[in-house]
Amino acid sequence: MIEVKNLKKTFGSNEVLKDINALISPKEVVVVIGPSGSGKSTFLRCLNLLESITAGHVSIEGVDITDKKTDINKVRTEVGMVFQQFNLFPHKTVIENIILAPMRIRKLSAEKARERGLELLRKVGLKEKADAYPDSLSGGQKQRVAIARALAMEPKIMLFDEPTSALDPEMVGEVLEVMKQLALEGMTMVVVTHEMGFAREVGDRVLFMDGGYIVEENIPKELFENPQQDRTKSFLSKVL
Amino acid sequence: MDFRLDILVEYIPFFLKGTLLTIGLSLVGILIGTVLGLIIGLGKMTRNKLISFICNCYIVFFRGTPLFVQILLIHFGVVPMLIGHTNGIVASIIALSLIAGAYIAEIFRAGIQSIDKGQMEAARSLGMNHVQSMKDVILPQAFKRMIPPLGNEFIVLIKESSLAAIVATPELMYYGRALASQYYRVWEPYLTAALIYLVLTTSLSYLLNRLERRLATE
Repeated sequence: MIEVKNLKKTFGSNEVLKDINALISPKEVVVVIGPSGSGKSTFLRCLNLLESITAGHVSIEGVDITDKKTDINKVRTEVGMVFQQFNLFPHKTVIENIILAPMRIRKLSAEKARERGLELLRKVGLKEKADAYPDSLSGGQKQRVAIARALAMEPKIMLFDEPTSALDPEMVGEVLEVMKQLALEGMTMVVVTHEMGFAREVGDRVLFMDGGYIVEENIPKELFENPQQDRTKSFLSKVL
Repeated sequence: MDFRLDILVEYIPFFLKGTLLTIGLSLVGILIGTVLGLIIGLGKMTRNKLISFICNCYIVFFRGTPLFVQILLIHFGVVPMLIGHTNGIVASIIALSLIAGAYIAEIFRAGIQSIDKGQMEAARSLGMNHVQSMKDVILPQAFKRMIPPLGNEFIVLIKESSLAAIVATPELMYYGRALASQYYRVWEPYLTAALIYLVLTTSLSYLLNRLERRLATE
């Protein structure tokens, strides 16, 4: 479903991703961990081309997104993304945030889009906030709206870029709960996070990144309890 | 200092006519300048180097030369070339629109660039293309931030429209000068003109303040 081959990314003279190879299967939940500056967010952002790719190939469902002829906008409708800073549209209400893209791209009628938007809001537990503006929501609520907004396009894959890192500790749980629900429903997910508990409980596989490489990958239990690489051991000893 | 009300009364119809034309020139200048500014501002931000360069040259020229010079160039040079004879009103509208366009282009650019880049990323990540993202997400937010500097520019434009008098456009200042030279008076015509300009600019800034407050509570 997602195939990454020899992915390289440089910012100026700074090589952030050196040689990334990964294969992510349908319905798999892959959690990416690693120290800051390891390139994990950049890796995630290359998967929907929010970062241009310096070298290598990324395929989403068999479509090579590095090919100039690929319509990246079409691919992005299949790949939802949730950001650390939520990035809700502050001039639009919660429901307007959610229905904007389905109406513009999927050409849904306002009623149909709203109906489905409310359904998604109910799913993330915020139906009563449909007509509120993002500014009036807590961080956890904002992030749940952001998840609903991404789901409104009915993506096949969801990317999460440190979705709980900007939240107050007591709000982390409600967001992780929504993500866990999504994983249980069979969504293909790539999650960059520092939440080791989530990685262990929900992840099918954990990638440990450092210095622009995937240093080690394994099922969570193995990676956390029996890390093979020294860098993985040293990282885990600091965060667990 | 004596103040001759009688000559002011005589000139009331002229001041009215002049004020109407001043308002007209300013409004048309604001409208065309805003459209032009949006185009030039977006043009300057495109990745196409040629378009960006041309737009930048435009801004450099019209911001960097006095409106006085531009009006003379357009009145005696450009307009006769286009329509075969001079026309003060046409020249004034062109000059005011062009200079407003240059300033407004920079206001648009600053407004758009002040929006957090996460907004564009979020819109693009949903599959919206660049134009849709601009129209639905970036511009509505940028516009709110552009109101105060735009208001400033509109006020400057009302005042600068007085320069149209030098190419015999019969606006407010034209009649002011006519009165001054007919009766060799200073205070009556120019104080009256100043007062009328003040009424126009303060009314506009009142309207813009209200607009800003209305958008802020949304």
